[in-house]
Amino acid sequence: MKDFLQTFKSAPPTAWFGMVVIAVIALTAVFAPLIAPYGETQIVGGQYEPWSDAFLLGTDNLGRDMFSRLVYGTRNTVGLALLATAIAFGAGSVLGIVAAVMGGFVDRFLSRIIDVIMAIPSLILALMLLTIVGASVASMIFVIALIYVAPVFRLARASAQSVVAMDYIEAARLRGEGLGWLVVKEVLPNIASTLVAEFGLRFCFVFLFIAALSFLGLGIQPPTADWGSMLKENATLISFGDITPLLPAAAIALLTVSVNFVVDWMLHRSSGLKD
Amino acid sequence: MKDQIETLKRSLIGGQIDRRGFMTGALAFGAGLSLSSSVLAQAEAATPKKGGTLKVGFLQGSTSDSFDPATYNNDFMFVTNYAVFNHLTEFGPAGQIEPELAESFEAEPGAKIWSFKLRKDAEFSDGKKLTAADVLASIDYHRGEDSKSAVKPVLAQIEEMKATDDHTIVFTLSTGNADFPYIFADYHLCIRQAVEGKIDAHSRIGTGGYTVESFEPGVRIRLKRRDGYWKQDRAHFEQVEITTIADTAARMNALMTGQVHIIDRPDLKTIHLLKRAPGVRVETTSGTLHYTMPMHVNTAPYDNQNVRMALKHAIDREELVDKILRGYGTVGNDHPVMSSMPFFDATIEQRAYDPDKARHYLKQAGLSSLDVQLFTSDAAFEGAVDASLLYSEQAKKAGINIEVVRQPSDGYWSNVWLVKPFCTSYWGGRPTPDWMFTAGYSKDAEWNDTKWQNERFNALLLEARAETDQDLRAEMYSEMQRLCRDDGGALIPMFGKYVFALRDEIQHGELSGQWNLDSLRFVERWWMA
Amino acid sequence: MAKIWILLGERLALGLVTLVVVSALIFVGVELLPGDLAQQILGQSATPETVAAFRRELGLDQPALYRYMNWLGGVVHGEFGNSLANGRPISDLLGVRLKNTLFLAGFAAVISVPTALILGILAALYRNSIFDRLCNVIALTWVSLPEFFVAYVLVLFLAVRISLFPAISSIDAEMSLAEMLYRSFLPALTLMLVVIAHMMRMTRAAIINVLASPYVEMARLKGLSRMRVVLFHALPNALAPIINVVALNLAYLVVGVVVVEVVFVYPGLGQLLVDAVSNRDVMVVQSVGLIFAAAYILLNLLADILSIVTNPRLMNQR
Repeated sequence: MKDFLQTFKSAPPTAWFGMVVIAVIALTAVFAPLIAPYGETQIVGGQYEPWSDAFLLGTDNLGRDMFSRLVYGTRNTVGLALLATAIAFGAGSVLGIVAAVMGGFVDRFLSRIIDVIMAIPSLILALMLLTIVGASVASMIFVIALIYVAPVFRLARASAQSVVAMDYIEAARLRGEGLGWLVVKEVLPNIASTLVAEFGLRFCFVFLFIAALSFLGLGIQPPTADWGSMLKENATLISFGDITPLLPAAAIALLTVSVNFVVDWMLHRSSGLKD
Repeated sequence: MKDQIETLKRSLIGGQIDRRGFMTGALAFGAGLSLSSSVLAQAEAATPKKGGTLKVGFLQGSTSDSFDPATYNNDFMFVTNYAVFNHLTEFGPAGQIEPELAESFEAEPGAKIWSFKLRKDAEFSDGKKLTAADVLASIDYHRGEDSKSAVKPVLAQIEEMKATDDHTIVFTLSTGNADFPYIFADYHLCIRQAVEGKIDAHSRIGTGGYTVESFEPGVRIRLKRRDGYWKQDRAHFEQVEITTIADTAARMNALMTGQVHIIDRPDLKTIHLLKRAPGVRVETTSGTLHYTMPMHVNTAPYDNQNVRMALKHAIDREELVDKILRGYGTVGNDHPVMSSMPFFDATIEQRAYDPDKARHYLKQAGLSSLDVQLFTSDAAFEGAVDASLLYSEQAKKAGINIEVVRQPSDGYWSNVWLVKPFCTSYWGGRPTPDWMFTAGYSKDAEWNDTKWQNERFNALLLEARAETDQDLRAEMYSEMQRLCRDDGGALIPMFGKYVFALRDEIQHGELSGQWNLDSLRFVERWWMA
Repeated sequence: MAKIWILLGERLALGLVTLVVVSALIFVGVELLPGDLAQQILGQSATPETVAAFRRELGLDQPALYRYMNWLGGVVHGEFGNSLANGRPISDLLGVRLKNTLFLAGFAAVISVPTALILGILAALYRNSIFDRLCNVIALTWVSLPEFFVAYVLVLFLAVRISLFPAISSIDAEMSLAEMLYRSFLPALTLMLVVIAHMMRMTRAAIINVLASPYVEMARLKGLSRMRVVLFHALPNALAPIINVVALNLAYLVVGVVVVEVVFVYPGLGQLLVDAVSNRDVMVVQSVGLIFAAAYILLNLLADILSIVTNPRLMNQR
């Protein structure tokens, strides 16, 4: 515990900044209904009302409160990205480690499947799958998780392979430990730091990927608020130098930059480089 | 003096006199030099000028586009079609029908037999003269068993057509139709060259003012003005380039930076800002485009007329026009006849938002509240989902709970429209009440999206179609509008306006509003100042 | 060296198998999409009879397996067949678009790869200096914004406010190279900003990673200069991950730029594919999918070979 606190104290300012922003965004997502003055889809005023006490950031094209939508958007966007990334990581790292530990046919079989998934451009895969299963939140999580399983699998497999060659794994095998034990107790702890850093990066990619999907009309569907589609909806305003589209864009940038700051710090620590 | 100058101006525009003649004349009438020059400038802006390269940016246009007239399905091909090909008839500025390749047309009493006389001076771009055989083959292409054409249903009324000589065609219809010539202005029915009684659907040879220089589907088309076009006062641009710019922000940027001269469908959200951009102006026309929410009258609860009336009173049309169309439209009255169309009855009372009345009708139906599902997607029209959400909020005040069910845009027209009992849809509209009612409201229409089977209405439809006494017809169409409004299954909240933006150097005469952009004929009608 | 050839052969064979599987999957995918080309093109105006007639004409009434084998047979002979929608030979359609896509990717790559590598090395060399931090923050900000947002902002400042570059690219084959470069500058710049950041960060990370190893420590203890240590001791051993990330970004420049193509109206393969998917033009979807998959596989293969060639340790493995 003391070590833990010690580590935190040694964090550079950028990492601190990142952690604070992530904490604020996480709290916003959890307590969205308490923070937002109005409902997510509630029509509360005229169109495009200016910033005021009643509407902190004005209203949108249907007269919904921008601030409330941004707050609810946090929950929807971050929640979706987090869940999708988590599933991808869960499935990808377990499969990757299993492939490395078992080797042989299982390894080759899994690797070929992953090769195929990676060879199909992700945007196209998403485009087709989402059209087939419909663009609901559940199907988006599933599709994005499927796409991101592939790179995670590769990373996990590659890192696990170097661990598997170690003597202590051989020792565990000789002890007669089962596959589950090997994966969870022996290999996973040794590649955890690599995976966590990758998690941060992938989370950002997923985030931007969802925004790209919104741009193509396949993202989270209205009236559900999310940052990507709010940005797309107001995109024509950019050409006129209007500030409205900057709000969701700033939110996206803030979160991804923060996550990357924290990831950088963790990478730096795990690399063991002292200067 | 003013009148005389006005006359001079008109002769200048009409081309009877030139600049020099105008100036001499105007000065002779005692107008000062500066006045004469400013009138001259005005007149010159209104005088078609030859030359220039027109660049256009369109929302639509797809890699699947082809010159097959049976599968035209977007503005890009419609506009290209009108530039390269001609039709028997065309729409004039006030929505009236005018002869194009047909020099004249007339009906025998009862409007069952129509004869069309063709122009003798029209020539295909390969030098071949137009004859009746070309017209017959072009129309035939859309009829018959194997036709995949959208105009197949409307051509079913032709019982027989034959050429009595090289330039006369006689149509015999199954029932009289006083509006028959309107059909031929439709973009599908372009006139192609016949080779052994058949047309080549992918041929680019037409009688129109432009020839195709290069065409890359989904990207752009380049057209070149052709020499010896039979219409002397049309086709002013030397070259035309139409580009598909699917992204609305990109389209508006291209217009503002002057990379294109005309764009369609600017974003209504930011149109007030676009108007302020230097060198750009925004124009609108009112056509017959309308947005509908059809209910299947053979499905509960919509089979109860009181329920339909309740739903029709629970929608705030004004708010929809304001918020969804941003004022670029007019409220609808639950029938598809637009005020600009012939036989529109202005005396029918406009239906307004009235939650109390809606409740009253619900009570009549024996209900205290109502739960319905409205199926929608932005494939129906841009803003359809927002419109449904607004409607749902409004209807709550009348005790009606509308659950908005979003559907995927892909396959919307095959899986939702005509299938789900209450959904959102649109009609580009038809120029005449007869055509509109026949296409969407008559008992055996393929696109009867309300499954409405009103005997009185269907009888009137046949009767009015063949009636040549205009007063009697007006009476019949008025009754049909009322029937549609009060008994029909279509909730028609609003008519949309066509909005487009152009650069200041592009000039045009009086606009025709049947479709967007001068009824899609701007390429041969407009010019560059 | 012979090992490399064997590896190459193996990987190519494997890639071929992958390609066939990918094309089969894409075919199944398009078949599963709701609606077909006939419905999609006829749209609202479709009636059951007209759709049926159109399907007969397109051959869509044939069994799916038969159509797939037919197409595959054609591809083996180097013929992609015709677009269902307008009967144009797919190879014509693809040729132009592929050239455009490669041009844009090449344009972006030629500038971004060296820039990213140099910046990455400098950042590693002067790590934790102001320069390093500034590079890092700027790079992070660029990758953190959705591409289309970056694109619109560039258009606002470089096309609308100051008309330096055209807002839409619309290039065609007849243009001179200079004209094409000028017209595609904004889309290329957008892409550069996105990929430079990623490559630069990975280069820096890879070098720093190696700097932690004992032999670098050793070199440092010998009193070698920082520059020498980074360039001659750390860089060669960090090449493998760097090559991999460059290959990944090159693949992205070829297959993943549909959003940028849409914003700048750049007629590349991405737009063609999205268009074809929405029109259910199976043959076009498959052909483009095949090209993308092939590009991806080849670039990865190239990266692996290069990593092995540049690293003797990997070359003599096992």
